[in-house]
Amino acid sequence: MERLTPPPVRRILVDSEPTVAQPPPPRESNGGHTADAAATALGSPAVRRPEPARGTPQDRMHLEEISIAYDGKAAVESVSLPVRRGEVLALIGPSGCGKTTLLRSLNRLVELTPSASRSGRILLDGEDIDELEVTELRRRVTMVFQQPNPFPMSIFDNVAYALREQGASRPKRDELEGPVTDALERAGLWAEVGDDLARPALRLSGGQQQRLCIARALAADPEVLLLDEPCSALDPRSTSVIEELILRLREEVAIVIVTHNMQQALRIADHVGFMYLGELVEYGPADQVFGRPTEQRTREYVGGGFG
Amino acid sequence: MSAGTTPGAGRKDAEGSSATWARADRIGLALSWAAGIFLCVVAASIVIYMAIRGIQFLRPQLLFQSPEADLNQAQSGGFLDPLVGTFLLTVMATVIAAPLGVATAIWLTEYGRPAWLARPVESGVEVIAGTPSIVLAIFGLLIFQQGLFGIFSITGGDGEVLGRSFFAAAAMMSFIALPLVVGATREALQAVPNHVREASYALGKTKAATIRRVLLPAIRPGIGTGAALGMGRIAGDTAIVVILLGATLKFQPKESLPLLGTLQGTGSTLTSYVYGNSPAGEGDAPEKAYAAAFMLLLVVIGLNYTVDRLSRGRKGLSWSV
Repeated sequence: MERLTPPPVRRILVDSEPTVAQPPPPRESNGGHTADAAATALGSPAVRRPEPARGTPQDRMHLEEISIAYDGKAAVESVSLPVRRGEVLALIGPSGCGKTTLLRSLNRLVELTPSASRSGRILLDGEDIDELEVTELRRRVTMVFQQPNPFPMSIFDNVAYALREQGASRPKRDELEGPVTDALERAGLWAEVGDDLARPALRLSGGQQQRLCIARALAADPEVLLLDEPCSALDPRSTSVIEELILRLREEVAIVIVTHNMQQALRIADHVGFMYLGELVEYGPADQVFGRPTEQRTREYVGGGFG
Repeated sequence: MSAGTTPGAGRKDAEGSSATWARADRIGLALSWAAGIFLCVVAASIVIYMAIRGIQFLRPQLLFQSPEADLNQAQSGGFLDPLVGTFLLTVMATVIAAPLGVATAIWLTEYGRPAWLARPVESGVEVIAGTPSIVLAIFGLLIFQQGLFGIFSITGGDGEVLGRSFFAAAAMMSFIALPLVVGATREALQAVPNHVREASYALGKTKAATIRRVLLPAIRPGIGTGAALGMGRIAGDTAIVVILLGATLKFQPKESLPLLGTLQGTGSTLTSYVYGNSPAGEGDAPEKAYAAAFMLLLVVIGLNYTVDRLSRGRKGLSWSV
């Protein structure tokens, strides 16, 4: 019998610099070209750097000196940021830099981790979120996760979930039909599922499931939408569909997206916050953070090729 | 049911041919094969032998005739009462065990605090799982002979509470199914990724609402698996039937309301009928015992098949972790 040669041993370099970014293609003058190139590389219809949303951005949330620690070990250190409607805020940075922890503090989901402690203030439309009823806060600041996670019920019930009373299963279906249809349309899913809302949601494809999760998060008409790497489990085509959706939605709702994909941040973000080891190293308009970063660490992370 | 159907040996992979292995390893491999095939043969011979005997003696009218105490086997009737008794007892015990087990599993998995209480609960379930059913039966007799529980069982002529009835037997039988329900439900809960729970909290739902509306529908197949496994064990148990159900050949209702009286009274199941008609029992009618045993085997195989279907059925419908 033929013996197989053992596979080559791959070494993992532990002490290498945390520079994850792909070196971007050679650029000419502005960031727009790079975005086009990146979009073409993904095989998606050309996504340009977004035009600014119509109307002036409106402040929704304010983070003031937010620090979060797990068991006394700092994960986020005194971060201050505005979150505005009419623009997409992208949080980028290497794994473990605290960007997801920061995102989860915006709807107080971080409190589910018993060892976590937080200091600093977060204001939602001028109110301290610690003073709000947590269930009310989470209807106003909803969240979409990394893995698509529709609930084991029909498409209709998934979208209606946030609208119903705590434990209730099916009160007033007629009244809910309007908002459910509306949310599915806003999430760009109506055309695909509108004919059969009774189907189990888990039968949808991955990309459809994730858009259903976005519809579910939009149904309660939130002021802020949090997205935690919403495309990392999806194929490039579904990713571009969701990116276009995000650009459309930013007109109506403030969007904060955590991503480790810098090309994605470049394609959709208006403002970018670069985090490193729990610190907000740089925050500014996307063109500036990618094109003319002021900090050395940002320059190293975004690859140095942008400016 | 089928052991050793897909032996891993014989693959042509980097491990090489077993011909080059050390002798001890080759003997080990041969023993593993032999063990799998042996179990297969045992399972097959049980089913085939019982099927031959069963088909030989099982007559449709046996299923529809009540048993009679008669030395002439042509006159001693069928096993309608034991068959109905088996179903009655199984359903009653499962109705008790399922909610209790699901509640225990949810508390252990989703709350589990304080830890000083969770650990004893966990060990308690394990102790119940490990208790022989004859011990459960004697313990049940101790409980149900208390005057307080007189309403649940038959009474003797002088008003003495005898502690034997469908109620008493079902209560104790439920402890046989309980650990299986708890185990299967916990497993199903642990298979639901945490981000699914968080997605519900992130839409402003409480933990209670999340359990009711998201987790319970998600673990339904798991609960079904546990319940079906438990039903198989209940249908197959003899000790509790003999001690707590009275193992009377026919239903012996208590003087009371029609259905309630039956449940307060004694009866028998297929297991006690088989025992009674075996050479060890009073009836000594092996043909009837074979027919009833085959019937029991069919019931249990049917339940096993249900378990299989339930645990496979929804594989396509779940989340990535």
